[in-house]
Parts: sequence; C-alpha cells; structure tokens
Amino acid sequence: MSVKAQTILWVTQRASAAVLALCVTVHLATMVYAIRGGLSAAEILSRTKGNAGWLAFYAVFVLAVTVHAPIGLRSVLLEWFGWRSASRDVFLVGVAMLLGALGMRAVLGVFL
Amino acid sequence: MMQVRVWRGKADGAFQEFEVQRHASQTVLDVVTHIQRVLDSTLAYRFACRVGMCGSCAMTVNGVARWTCRTHVDKVVKKEQIEIAPLRNLPMIRDLVTDMSEFFDKWTKAKGRFEGARTRSDDFARVFPDSEDRKLVDAGIECIGCAVCYSSCDVVSWNPDYLGPAALNRAWTLVKDERDSKKIERLRAVAGDAGCHSCHTHMSCTERCPKQISPTAGIAGLKREVSLALFRKAL
Repeated sequence: MSVKAQTILWVTQRASAAVLALCVTVHLATMVYAIRGGLSAAEILSRTKGNAGWLAFYAVFVLAVTVHAPIGLRSVLLEWFGWRSASRDVFLVGVAMLLGALGMRAVLGVFL
Repeated sequence: MMQVRVWRGKADGAFQEFEVQRHASQTVLDVVTHIQRVLDSTLAYRFACRVGMCGSCAMTVNGVARWTCRTHVDKVVKKEQIEIAPLRNLPMIRDLVTDMSEFFDKWTKAKGRFEGARTRSDDFARVFPDSEDRKLVDAGIECIGCAVCYSSCDVVSWNPDYLGPAALNRAWTLVKDERDSKKIERLRAVAGDAGCHSCHTHMSCTERCPKQISPTAGIAGLKREVSLALFRKAL
C-alpha cells in the first residue's frame, strides 16, 4: 500500500472518530433520556419504525464504525501479531463488510 | 557497598553481580568504569565525553534508558542495588554495547539530511530567530543521537520498521527549516505505517529525552504537515 493511501486511511480514521464522538454521545444521551421513565421495547420500536431521522442517524453511525474499526484493527494486527502482508488488508475489507452488514441489519430492524 | 547487576553477553546472556564502593557524586558511568578497570576487564561498554555531549554512554539503568554519565548513583540506587543493561530496541553486540546502525539508518530513511537550494555563490539565507518556524526548529534541534528515546519507544518494539522518535524529530526540524528544499520528499518518507502515523503519543520519548526535547510534538507536527500536503494534492 502506498504512503499516500496509508495517509488517507489515517485521516479517514481521525475523521470517523470525530463523527463517532458525536454519534456515541447522542446515542447514550438518548438512551438514558428515553428509558428514564421505564420505556418498553415495543414503545421504543413504535418511535423508531418509519422514522427517517433515526434511520439516517444510525446509518451514519454504522458507516463511521465500518470505516473506523478496521483501520484501527490494522495497526493492532501489525503491532501485536506482526501481520503486515497484503492479506491483512483483504481480511480487513472483510471485517468492514461484516461490520457494515450487521450494523445496517440492526438499523433496518428497528426502522422497517 | 552496593550490589550492581550488569548484563553480560548477547540477547541470550544474563546479569552478573558485582560489589562496588559508593562514593560522593558517583555516576553510573563511574560504576561501570570501575567494574571494567578493577573487577572485570572483559566488560564491554561504550562512552566518550563523560559530560553529556556525545550521547554514546546511554544504557538501561533500573529499567529506564539514561545517559549513564549524567545519572548520579544517588538518584537511581534502590536498597543499595542497581541494574545496568544495554539499551532496549537495538541489537546487542556484547554486554552493554548495542549496534546503533539500524538507529542511524532510519535517520537516512527519514531523509534526515539538510538539502539546501542555494550555492556557495548565493548570499546567506536570513532566518529570523523569532519566526514561528525557527522557534519550532530550535525546540528540536539539540538532539545528539543518544537513542534514549528510541530505546524507550514501545512502538519501535512492536513495529521494527517504525522510524522512531529521533529520526522523526530530525525530519521535523528540517521540514520547518525554511532553507530546506526537499519538504515534500521528506514528508513522503516520514508518512504511513513506518512513520509518524504509527506514533501512539505515549510520550515516553518526551519523558526520557535528556535534552528535554519533545519528539512527540514534532511527530504531531509531521502528522499535520502530511495531512495538509495530502489535502493540497502534493503528497
């Protein structure tokens, strides 16, 4: 992988971290606020189903995780296991796709 | 008297114990020299100036990389015991001597050589000491290449390709030198997995540098400069 590509990965990870900082804060604050009076799962679903705003928010959240986590894992695999060959990047593309698929499945699960 | 454990042999070696008399204002280098001159002449170690100018006597004292010539025994001795080992992250040659080739090769890889654009027929460059860039250069320029930072860096031990704090600090002082003409080439050399982007900002280099330089700050500066070069499509 070229130095330029490695730099793009680094910048992308920092940018996705900034998005995640916002998303995690909103996510946690909403959860704490929503369930403080004892909200049931059915009541939560009634608010999220068909709500395009929450769909967009959690789609961005999942996208940020999909980008952020595999790039971080790339360094972990190098530093802990010495895995530096191109196969590492192929594996991480797989991890990203899995994270994206599982994340969007959960998001659509509470939207549809 | 104090017990001094000194590393002997190569990586598969072991510590050997010596008893050494305590003296006032005694440095760790004095202790090593005493052992080599009086107790065991086969002990290999490296030193030159003895006054903190050359950077050749750095060793691991009680687990911490230090200049032994500028480390008083009083400051590091614990229960009348001291452990002296070679620098970490460098191949051992014998006893307390490490092979520094890799360390200096990485300075070359980081393009740590000044590349000016002027010739001897040009006038002197006028660099103002109070300019922002020159202040940044001055903050990092006093490095004497002792490898204490390199030995203290966890990223170097995890990723042997990592250029390390000293080479990156050197590159930073050149990137900020307005007379230098190879900025983009140098940024390419220090970016990516083996360069500034691998730094975890643990700051062990900054904590241990005997010259009070902060390679961490220089590496952060390189990250900024590389990102700017990327956005300007210059990388």
